[in-house]
Amino acid sequence: MSPTSVSSVAAAVRSGATTATALLDEHLARIAGRESEIHAFNLVTTETARAQAAAVDAAVARGDDPGPLAGVTVALKDNMCTRGIPTTCSSRILDGWTPPYDATVVERLRAAGAVMVGKTNLDEFAMGSSTENSAFGVTRNPHDTARVAGGSSGGSAASVAAGFSQVALGSDTGGSIRQPAALCGVVGVKPTYGYVSRFGLVAYASSLDQIGPFATSVEDAARVLDVIGGHDPNDSTSIPQQYPSLVESLGRDVAGLRIGRITDLPGGAEPDVLERLEAAFDALRAAGATIVDVEVPALTYGLSAYYVIAPAEASSNLARFDGVRYGLRVDASDTNSMYGATRAAGFGDEVKRRIMLGTYALSAGYYDAYYGKALKVRRLIHDDFERAYQRADVLLTPTSPCVAFPVGAKGDNPLAMYLVDVYTIGTNLAGHPGMSVPYGTGADGLPVGVQVLAGTLQEPTMFRVGAALERSMS
Amino acid sequence: MSDWELVVGLEVHVELATATKLFSASPNRFGDDPNTNIDPVTLGLPGALPVLNGHAVELAMRIGLALNCTVQPCTFHRKNYFYPDMPKAYQVSQYDNPLNVDGWLELPGGKRIGIERAHMEEDAGKSTHVGGSGGRVHGAQYSLIDLNRAGVPLVEIVSRPDIRSAEEARQYVTELRAILVAVGASDAKMEEGSMRVDANVSVHHPGTPFGTRCEIKNVNSVRSLGRAIEYEMRRQIDLVESGGTVRQETRHWDENDGRTHTLRTKEDADDYRYFLEPDLVPLAPSADWVEKVRAALPVLPAERRRRLATLTGQPADGEAVSSVVERGQDAYVEAVAHVGGDAARALVYVKEAFADEGDEPRVPAADIAALTQMEVEGAVTATQAKAILADLLAAGGGDPAAIAAAKGFEAIDTSALEAVVDAAIADQADAWAKFCAGDGKAMGAIVGAVMKATQGKADGKIVTAILNARRSS
Repeated sequence: MSPTSVSSVAAAVRSGATTATALLDEHLARIAGRESEIHAFNLVTTETARAQAAAVDAAVARGDDPGPLAGVTVALKDNMCTRGIPTTCSSRILDGWTPPYDATVVERLRAAGAVMVGKTNLDEFAMGSSTENSAFGVTRNPHDTARVAGGSSGGSAASVAAGFSQVALGSDTGGSIRQPAALCGVVGVKPTYGYVSRFGLVAYASSLDQIGPFATSVEDAARVLDVIGGHDPNDSTSIPQQYPSLVESLGRDVAGLRIGRITDLPGGAEPDVLERLEAAFDALRAAGATIVDVEVPALTYGLSAYYVIAPAEASSNLARFDGVRYGLRVDASDTNSMYGATRAAGFGDEVKRRIMLGTYALSAGYYDAYYGKALKVRRLIHDDFERAYQRADVLLTPTSPCVAFPVGAKGDNPLAMYLVDVYTIGTNLAGHPGMSVPYGTGADGLPVGVQVLAGTLQEPTMFRVGAALERSMS
Repeated sequence: MSDWELVVGLEVHVELATATKLFSASPNRFGDDPNTNIDPVTLGLPGALPVLNGHAVELAMRIGLALNCTVQPCTFHRKNYFYPDMPKAYQVSQYDNPLNVDGWLELPGGKRIGIERAHMEEDAGKSTHVGGSGGRVHGAQYSLIDLNRAGVPLVEIVSRPDIRSAEEARQYVTELRAILVAVGASDAKMEEGSMRVDANVSVHHPGTPFGTRCEIKNVNSVRSLGRAIEYEMRRQIDLVESGGTVRQETRHWDENDGRTHTLRTKEDADDYRYFLEPDLVPLAPSADWVEKVRAALPVLPAERRRRLATLTGQPADGEAVSSVVERGQDAYVEAVAHVGGDAARALVYVKEAFADEGDEPRVPAADIAALTQMEVEGAVTATQAKAILADLLAAGGGDPAAIAAAKGFEAIDTSALEAVVDAAIADQADAWAKFCAGDGKAMGAIVGAVMKATQGKADGKIVTAILNARRSS
């Protein structure tokens, strides 16, 4: 039996008890077994992975330390740049483009001894909540392949849930790590904005995007975040300070912590989900925490503000995909027609919808009514959360209002799909951290996630609570 | 209807003299092979992020402080538009919170032109349109794009509409250029495009609101700026006087036909959808930093002209003083004066003391000082001094007294000279008669004869004085 936790794998590889190559082979075998029905990956990077594993094993043989993630297999959402390996964002517009550089997180993972097994599927440019908006097909939930894996980081969540990789990275703009983590029954973390470098992450909404880990345990997620977090001079928005090790915060119990219940939480959660949330409150109370009521009134407007701000930034971020320098080009008689033809062919419907929304929201004459007002709401949400964190150390909410839904169930109704992010979006607008911890099952035996939210750079407390929830399930 | 008044505001873009670009480590260098000074940020590759160049901020602050602006906390915005030489499809610029605001520039005559703002932004790449007429995109078969310039740091200096003549506009740009060069912020070369001037031109009757303005682009020299403004003023006056109205539009100056032509009207203006650049954080230069930059500013051209004028007795806004300051050679004149030389004579020699456009003088200031001293004391004539200067230049310096001695330039004593002059009067009897009859020009022939007889060693001024004395006796 191979080791399963990040710490035991790294220890076994570093001691020579097993090899990175052997561990990689186990994961490649699982991919070979189930990838065709799940479609977690846009690309399985077998050759690169074998080379990385061999390098780790060679380092051990030389007596060098390959790092804290030695031999740990990792899958990367396909919106993170990998030098010499195609990065598609699950869009046709990037057809044929290969980045000439690595994202900062990719460099840090490699330097820590991790082995990258592949690039995972996502909703095109991370716009979606089910990984159905991919130009390369749907990712299916390993727990029930008739259902979605969630999104937009559905491929990364499914990869970890299916055992294709031990851990994975996703990006979370409005819930894109936490929601698929909940639907796939794994841990998913969206750190404080600026905790992890965005350099090399293809931008969707720059002021909201944040990279974070998927793992099968809170501790594993902490170990990955300890490696990828920290200031990066290449990202001006990365926080210029040292963070305490999250792994070290896990051992502390939650006695005395104040756990907030948002009394004016927007409705819509299914009863099976709310039932698991209550069980989580009960478990933390039993572990010595206090439950306190808080209000976050502006949260009701979070979804509306998000669907102005994120598309506005996206309309600007995605304007560079014009067929001039890289990616797809559809030739036409003049430059403007070429732009039009390229973008018409290269972008999917949801991307086009958000580009149009965002362009409209920023236009002269509409700016104040839409973008300007959304920024004010964003400020209110931030301030409401800050007030809540004066009364509570963390807040507990559902991650998703429902368990994994059938593929195609919400495909015709963008608004119904947007509502899936109602509990996750506020955190991104506030810049705060949040994590989803698997907390049993709901309808049809499908996983339910509970979300732990905390204030700016309060990751240590958030992980402490996450670990306590995890312990209460074992 | 002759009481028309011209109203001009200028928008000047200058490329900052940084080693690298505004948001990346690629070199900021003119003239390299196309598309060699590039990187993921310059190319706008997916995932690339900007990192602000601190030296560019410092140069921008130098400009602001030299223009008497307030340096304030500021932010960057995205200006969104599609163009093939704009790799991200947005330009990072400053919008409602620029770095420098509310300053002024003093013209050589003393008039102050208000500066509304001087903000930072990145340059676009360069498009070369092939196959059309006159390099315009219209009718071109294809376009070549060079992104070496993309991301080069710029400061845009926006004046208030305080300029009232084409001459003032020329003076403003000339003075601004001198300031930019003096503070080391830019080489500010209009021909190379490191300084680009757009003019907002309108006309009105004094005491009434300003007229509708047109923005004139493609002005590539100070001379063209004056021509373009004068043409545009005439066009607008003629238009209004013949019953028309001026449309707000952007117009293109055509150097060849000497006219401006409609480029785009207000109606086709882009909606730039400005919003705060989320990839950068607000910039708030500390008071310490601002004061450090202010303290390190060099003496500016206006003050240098005042100093040189005082030193030489020449007018501060005259050609002699301003051209020396413009070339940065005033310090040399001051050095000559400092070691006992004559500043006014030094002002005459300073241009020659430097090689063309060279930074280093070819002759030590002390040698020029000695030469001007000899000249003022009458030890050598102006003509002899020039000959000595030529030797000094050729040899890279030397002792002017020794050169004078070697050339036999010892001064002729006045009684000896009087004899030579009398001989010349006798020899040139016709000229002497004309001179005595009041024909001043006739003196030339006699002076020429004296010079010939003395091999140029006679002092022309003394010869003239002797001749005048002889005529009136």
